Formats: sequence, structure tokens, C-alpha cells
Amino acid sequence: MGCFLTNSSLGRKLVMSISGCFLVLFILFHMSMNVVAIFSAEAYNMICGFLGASWYALAGTAVLALGVFVHFAYAFWLTWQNRKARGNVRYAVTVTEKGVSWASKNMLLLGVIVILGLALHLSHFWAKMQLVELLGHHENNLGLEPTDGAALIKYTFSQWYNVLLYLVWFAALWLHLTHGVWSMLQTAGWANDTWYPRLKCISGIVATLIFGGFAVVVVWFYLQTVCPCLAACGA
Amino acid sequence: MNFTLKIWRQKDAQSKGAFKEYKVENVSSDTSFLEMLDILNNDLVHKGEEPVAFDHDCREGICGMCSLHIDGHAHGPSQAVTTCQIYMRQFKDGATITIEPWRSAAFPVIKDLVVNRSAYDQILQAGGFVSVRTNSVPDGNAIPIPKADADESMDAAACVGCGACAATCKNGSAMLFVAARVSSLAKLPQGRVEGARRAKAMVAKMDELGFGNCTNTGACQAECPKQISIAHIARLNREFLAAKLKD
Repeated sequence: MGCFLTNSSLGRKLVMSISGCFLVLFILFHMSMNVVAIFSAEAYNMICGFLGASWYALAGTAVLALGVFVHFAYAFWLTWQNRKARGNVRYAVTVTEKGVSWASKNMLLLGVIVILGLALHLSHFWAKMQLVELLGHHENNLGLEPTDGAALIKYTFSQWYNVLLYLVWFAALWLHLTHGVWSMLQTAGWANDTWYPRLKCISGIVATLIFGGFAVVVVWFYLQTVCPCLAACGA
Repeated sequence: MNFTLKIWRQKDAQSKGAFKEYKVENVSSDTSFLEMLDILNNDLVHKGEEPVAFDHDCREGICGMCSLHIDGHAHGPSQAVTTCQIYMRQFKDGATITIEPWRSAAFPVIKDLVVNRSAYDQILQAGGFVSVRTNSVPDGNAIPIPKADADESMDAAACVGCGACAATCKNGSAMLFVAARVSSLAKLPQGRVEGARRAKAMVAKMDELGFGNCTNTGACQAECPKQISIAHIARLNREFLAAKLKD
């Protein structure tokens, strides 16, 4: 049983489905946590303190990193196999088939944009928070405490180019999830003709909720920079 | 009607192919696509040139023998029909039409537009059958089958095994074909008995033959001449995963 997850096409797809589901659940949690920063810097920093360099936070980070690694490693593996299966000679004329989304045909490209955004995000936040704590330092290179996530958010999204890069990242994630969410259910066998419209609707809602939740935080903090009067309304 | 045809010409499986342009003139709008190729081949034979090789048989959309990737579509631009069921009136007069063979590593080109689709036969031989003894034909009402199950089974059984699904899929996946065969039998009592063995054997053969992994784009069902739904792929996933988890 163990090996069908590696030596069968349906098993490999199941690994993609389960690891994808795990990442969606994590992203939903992360988005909910971020939204707190709009309402209360103290509450947000309490969560940051809880998710500091404690053993459970480190264990969670390790499991999360494993999930990301498995999802991406399998994505590249499956894509390599799929390109081989397509053959060496490609069609001279190609079209987009009726009812087929652009995202569904470009999941790897969108995934690569997502992982590049993730690398940028880790350098902006993880490297200035949990990593700083792990190294035993009491402040990061910006002079902020590693648990002062709210201040770090303010600093990061006061720069327009960071806002732009993050919005592009979230847009790629949105597209990825519009196909990924219903596709993971189809791969697990939970779909039929009655449920396709519902599952695709649920995918759109989940993807939009995640995009909206992340984007509103980034835009809110940037607007506070360009219009300081807004700062008084927020955290 | 007049057309310019860009047709893939390839001497044999080992040779390198290329597109070659041909003109066909004064073709009736009611000529079928395959008849138009017959007219072209007639001209080529009269000129002493090698005719274009292409697959065809029943010419009424039930045998699954015709193929062809026409202007980017498996079986041409119309929905729910095979190549033999399209007519020249569906193209613009004076149009350039690009005709290619199925492109998939598991369907190697034999000559021109003819590909070897025996990979599908091998998948069927691996498990696409009922081996339990069912004796003679029973009375129609002796084995009650819910109408919905019978309909789903018949919808899946409409698959003619033409290869359009794997030829259209960007991953070269044969999942729609395998799913249709597994589904058509799994929904009936006689086929249900061997459901687990069938799903495992057919998926293993599909993987062994080098077909790709399904990414649920849905392009296969969009181009399928028999409009087989990807819901059958979901059923194949259920059948296969349940069988593996029981091992």
C-alpha cells in the first residue's frame, strides 16, 4: 500500500491532493491571523508570541515545510512525467477547449510564482521573527523585537513595491486555488456531475476569501502610510 | 469550396515528419471531411504521388477508428462528433486547415496521420472485461438495476476508444478512457464483482504504457466525441483508492 503513493499515477495525485488540502487549511489559518492585525496590534503580537520559537511552533513549522516540499516535489515530478507522456513532437495548432480554465493548464507556473512569493515572504517575516528568536537575538536587523509582528507588517507594507509584489503573489495563489480546491476533491474521488458546479463555486469562494483576507491587510497598511489619518482608525 | 490543407506527412515511424501544403478545389459544401481527403488522395494518385494515410472505417461515428487533430481540435471544430461526421460546410471557403496526427508518446505515428492506438487495447486486455461466468442471457427483469445506474453505465459505455482524450490532454493522460471502461462495468452487478481487480489492473497498465497523470483540466471531456464526463474519472479514483486501501 505504501508504494502506490509513489509508483501509481493515481497514488501520486492523491499525495498532491492531501498535501494541497493541508496547505489550504494552513493558508486559511494564516489569513485569519493576519486580519487580526487590522483590528489590534496587541492581539496580533500575542499570536506572534504564541507562535514564536516554542517547541510546538517549531514542530508546526517543520510539518508545514514538509507539506510544501512534498507538494512541490510531486508537482515537478508529475510535470516531468506528463511532458514525457506528451511526446517529443507538439501540435502546431492548439486552442483552449470549451470550459477549460487557463489556471488548470498552468498550475505549475502559478505554483512557481507562489513559491517565489513564499521565499520573499519568509525573508520579510520568518527571517526577522522566528529565526531571530532561534538564533537567541532580541531584535532583528530593523531594530524590532522578533515578536513585534504588527510593527514589521507596518514597515514592510509602507513600501509600494512590496505591496505590488504581494498582490501579484496573492493573485497567482487565487488562480491556483480556483482550480486546486475542486481538483483535490475530484482526485480523492469526491465529485460527480451534480456536484461539479457546487465544488467549483466552493473553490471560487475559498480562493476569493483567501485572496481578500490577505490583500486587505497589505492594502490597509499601505493606505495608512499614504494617508496617516487612517492610522488613527486602525491598530 | 476551395481549401488549403496543411497536412503532416511522415514516411514511417522512424522518419522525421513535416507539414506539406495541398490545394483542394471545387469541393461541394456537403462533402464530408474524410471524403474531401479521399478527393485529395485521388488527385495525388493521378499525379503519381503518395496518397495521405489516415484511419477510417464505419464513417458513421460508431467505430472510433477515425482520428485527426484538425485546426487544434481532436475530431475537428464541432462538438460531440467524430472526424467522419464533420462536413466541409463547417469551414470557411478559402480557409487553410491544419491536419495533424494524435500527439502522444503512447500513440506513436505509423505513417502520415495514422497512429498506433494499440495501447488502449492493451489496457482493455489488462482488465476491461467480465470474467465471471454469467451463463446465458437472463430474463430482463431477473436482475433489477436502478435506472440511474443503467444510464450511467450506458453513458460510459458510449466510449469508442478513439484516443481523442489522451491526444487532447496536455499531460497525455488516458484517464477518461480507462474511467469510462471501469465505470461502465462497475455500475452493473456482473461487473461490480471484479471492480477492485479491474481498477488496479487497468491503472497499472495505463501507467506502464507511459500515459501521463490527470490534472483535471477537463479538456478530455470537452473534446470527447461521445461526451464522456470526467465524473467517471472521479469514480475511477474512488474505485482505485478503495481497492488499494483494502490491500
